[in-house]
Amino acid sequence: MRVMAQMGMVMNLDKCIGCHTCSVTCKQAWTNRAGVEYVWFNNVETRPGQGYPRTYQDQEKWKGGWVRTKRGRLKLRAGGRWQRLTQIFSNPKLPELDEYYEPWTYEYDNLISAPLGEDTPVARPKSLITGRPMKIEWSANWDDDLAGGPELAPQDPVLKKIKDEVGDRVKLEFEQAFMFYLPRICEHCLNPACVASCPSGAMYKRSEDGIVLVDQDSCRGWRMCVTGCPYKKVYFNHRTGKAEKCTLCYPRIEVGMPTVCSETCVGRLRYLGLFLYDADRVTEAAAVENEQDLYEAQLDLILDPHDPEVQAAALRDGIAPDWLEAAKNSPVYRLAKEYRVALPLHPEYRTMPMVWYIPPLSPIVDALRDTGNDAEDADNMFGAIQSLRIPVEYLAELFTAGDPGPVLQSLHTLAAMRSFMRDENLGGQPDESIPAAVGMTADEMFALYRLLAIAKYEDRYVIPEAHAEVGRQLEELGCSLDFEGGPGQYSSGTFGEASGRPTPVAVETFHALKQRQTTEGIVDVADADAKVNLLNWDGLGVPLGVPTVPPRSPESS
Amino acid sequence: MTESTTVQILLWAVLPYVTIAVFAVGMIWRYRYDKFGWTTRSSQLYERNLIRIASPLFHIGILAVVIGHVIGLVIPEQWTGWAPEAAYHAMAVVLGVIAGVCTLTGIVLLIYRRRTVGPVFSATTKNDKFMYVFLVAAICLGLVTTFYGSGIFGPAYNYRDTVAVWFRSIFYLNPQIQDMAESPASYQVHAIAGMLLFIIWPFTRLVHAFSAPLGYVFRPYVVYRDRGPHDPGSRPERRGWERVGR
Ligand code: HEM
Ligand code: SF4
Ligand code: SF4
Repeated sequence: MRVMAQMGMVMNLDKCIGCHTCSVTCKQAWTNRAGVEYVWFNNVETRPGQGYPRTYQDQEKWKGGWVRTKRGRLKLRAGGRWQRLTQIFSNPKLPELDEYYEPWTYEYDNLISAPLGEDTPVARPKSLITGRPMKIEWSANWDDDLAGGPELAPQDPVLKKIKDEVGDRVKLEFEQAFMFYLPRICEHCLNPACVASCPSGAMYKRSEDGIVLVDQDSCRGWRMCVTGCPYKKVYFNHRTGKAEKCTLCYPRIEVGMPTVCSETCVGRLRYLGLFLYDADRVTEAAAVENEQDLYEAQLDLILDPHDPEVQAAALRDGIAPDWLEAAKNSPVYRLAKEYRVALPLHPEYRTMPMVWYIPPLSPIVDALRDTGNDAEDADNMFGAIQSLRIPVEYLAELFTAGDPGPVLQSLHTLAAMRSFMRDENLGGQPDESIPAAVGMTADEMFALYRLLAIAKYEDRYVIPEAHAEVGRQLEELGCSLDFEGGPGQYSSGTFGEASGRPTPVAVETFHALKQRQTTEGIVDVADADAKVNLLNWDGLGVPLGVPTVPPRSPESS
Repeated sequence: MTESTTVQILLWAVLPYVTIAVFAVGMIWRYRYDKFGWTTRSSQLYERNLIRIASPLFHIGILAVVIGHVIGLVIPEQWTGWAPEAAYHAMAVVLGVIAGVCTLTGIVLLIYRRRTVGPVFSATTKNDKFMYVFLVAAICLGLVTTFYGSGIFGPAYNYRDTVAVWFRSIFYLNPQIQDMAESPASYQVHAIAGMLLFIIWPFTRLVHAFSAPLGYVFRPYVVYRDRGPHDPGSRPERRGWERVGR
C-alpha cells in the first residue's frame, strides 16, 4: 500500500440551476486571453445534449481514455506509443475548432461610426479567429435548456447508447422533458489518459495533491493530450501552441481556498476535500474486466482515513498530520464512500475520475408531482424512481457504465433524506424506518442532511494548506512579481506574442486589474497588451472591435 | 594546390564555422530564454483535412532527406566500397528523388494551406514567412542538385568525392576549401542555402525538430512530479532568501 492524497470535488446536481456563473468566473480567472477564447475549463452542459465539444462522449469517434486489451493490460484507446508517434505529424483524432465553436465578438464600432442613413446600424458578429464577419451557428452551450431539442438532443451519444437498448421509449419519455445540468471541469484523474498521451512528459500529476497540470515550458505542442482526455478537458491554445487545462485553481487550493468555480457557485453545490488512495493499485483497478465493476474498483482504491492502519501508512508515506486530519473531515470522502451518494462521471473511460456527482433527484420529484401524487412521500418516491426507467438508465450511462444499481441506491438515499427531513420539519415523529430502508441510521441521515442541505461553507470546503516548508517549490507561492522584467515589464518576447517567459497568472491578473482600474478613458485597441475581452469588460478596457471614443474635452461637455 | 580566393575562404571555411557557432549558441540561448516559445505551434485546430496529407508527406519526406544527407555526406565513400558504384548511385538517385518530391509536394501543400485557409493565414507570423523562404530555397536547390548529379540530364556527378570530403573536413577543423570550390555551382548554392537555413534555425519554429519526443516510448505512462524538499525547483535560490536548516 502506498498512500497518496488527492484533492477531489463533488457536485450535487440537484442544486444546479444552470446559471453558468461558475463558467464565467472561471473564464475571467483563467481563459480570458488570446488563443483560449474558445476554451471553457469549466462548462455547464444540459443533459440530454451534445456537450462541449460536440459529442465528446462518443469514444468510438474521438478515441479518448483507455481500453483494456485482451491480455488484461491498459492501452490508450487512440493507440499504443509507437502508433501515436507515427501519427505525430497530424493527429487523426483532434477535434477541430468547429467542434467547440468559433469564438466571436461584435462590430460595436459600427453602431456609432456608421454614416447617417435610413437603416439602423447593426453590430455584426465578427470572428475572433479570422477577424472577418461570420455567421454564428454554434457555441459552447448552444443546446442549453434543450434548445433545438428534437433536432440536437438525439445526437447525444449517451441517449443514442440507451436508445439502442430500449428503443423508441426514449422518445416517449423524453417528451416529458427530463433534463438536468452537468457542470464539468477536469476530473484530475487518478489514471490520467492526458498525462499518458503526452509525448514530451510535460503533463504531470502532482504527487502532493493529485492536481494534473501542464508544464508550459516543456509542452512542445504535439497536441496528443487533447485526444487522450476522454472528457476533452485539455485544450490547445492556438496562439501559444501549448496545451492548457483546468488547474483546479492550484494557487488558491495551496493556500486553503476553494476553486473559483466552487466559491462563486450560486447553488453552493460544490464540495472540495481530500481522498486518500492506494497508488499501488490504481492500474490494477482501472483494468478490471467488466466496465460496470469500475465504480466499485474505484471506490475500493479510496482508503478509510479513520482506519489506524491507513493512518500509519499515510504518515509513513509522507502525508502530514494536518492533511490526515483534513482527510478525516473530507466532505468528498463522506459523500462518495461513506454515503455512496456521489458517483464518478463515466468510469468506463478507465481514467479514475476524481470529480464526483450526486445524481439529480428533482426531475423525478417533479415528474411525480405532475402526476398529482405526494412527491415528498418516501414510498411514492421509491416507486417513481423505479418506474422512471429512462432517466435512471440515462444517469447510469453517465455515472456507472450503465449499471442502474448504484444510481438507484443514491437516488433512494436522497429520496429517503427528503422525506425523513420533511417529517422532522413538520414536527412529526422521525420515522426510523426510512433511513433504515436505505441502510442508514437517523443520525447519519441528519449528518447527510447537514452536508447536502445546510451545506455550510466550512463543511463544503475542507482544504488543508500546502506546507510552508515545501512552499518554495509551489508553482505560484511566494513573491510572484520578482521574476525577470519585474512588474510592469511584461510584454511578449522576441519571437512574437507567444514567446519569452510566460507571465505567471497572478502577475497577469494583477496587471489586467490595475489597467482596468486606473484607465481613464478607453484603452487603445492597437495596444498589443490590451488583453481585454467581453467577458471581463467593465466599460473601461476595450473588448476587441469596440469603438474607441476619444475622451471628451472640457469645452464640449 | 591552387590558392583559395578570399571569397572561397569566406564561403567554405568561415561560413561553416559561423553557422555552427550561431546554431549552437542560438539553440542554447533559445532553450534557456524561450522554453515557452519552443513548440510546433500546431495549426491543426484550424484545419485538419489538408494537413492530414500535407504534414506527414512533408515530414516523412524531409526525414528521409535528412537520412540521405547523413549517408551521403558523413559516411566516406570507401566505407561503401563493397556496393557496386552503379547500384549505389541508382539507389541514391531514386530514393533521393522520391524523398525530395514528397518533401516538395508536402511543403507546397503546406504553404498553399497557410495562404488559403483563413485562420491558418492569420496565425502565420512574419517569422514563419521568413523561415519558409529559406526552407523552400534549400529544398528546391537540393532537388536541383539531385537531378544535376543524377546523370539523367547530362553527365552524372559524384559529389561524394568533393562536397562530402569538404563537409567532413569542417569537423576535422581542416576545411578543404578547394574540394568545394571546384564542385558545380548548383552544389555550392545549395550548400550556402543549407548553411543559411541552419543559421536562422534557432530563431524560428523549426526548433521543434530537435525535441522529437523519442523518450515517450520508454517512460512510464503516468508522470508524477512533486515539490519534495530535495527538489530545488526551477528557480535558483536568491541571495538573502536561502533556506534555513536541512
Ligand atoms: C523530427 C521530428 C519532427 C517532428 C516530430 C515534427 C513534428 C511537427 C508537428 C507536430 C508539426 C505541427 C503540425 C500541425 O500544424 O499540427 C510540425 C510542423 C512543421 N514542421 Fe515539423 N517535425 C519534425 C521535424 C521537422 C523538420 C526536420 C523540419 C524542417 C526542416 C520541420 C518543419 C516543419 C514545418 C515547416 C512545420 C510547419 C507546417 C505548417 O505550415 O503548418 N519539421 N512539425
Ligand atoms: S479529465 Fe483531466 S486528468 Fe482526466 S484525462 Fe482529462 S484532462 Fe486528464
Ligand atoms: S454556478 Fe453552480 S448553480 Fe450555477 S451553473 Fe455553475 S454549478 Fe450550476
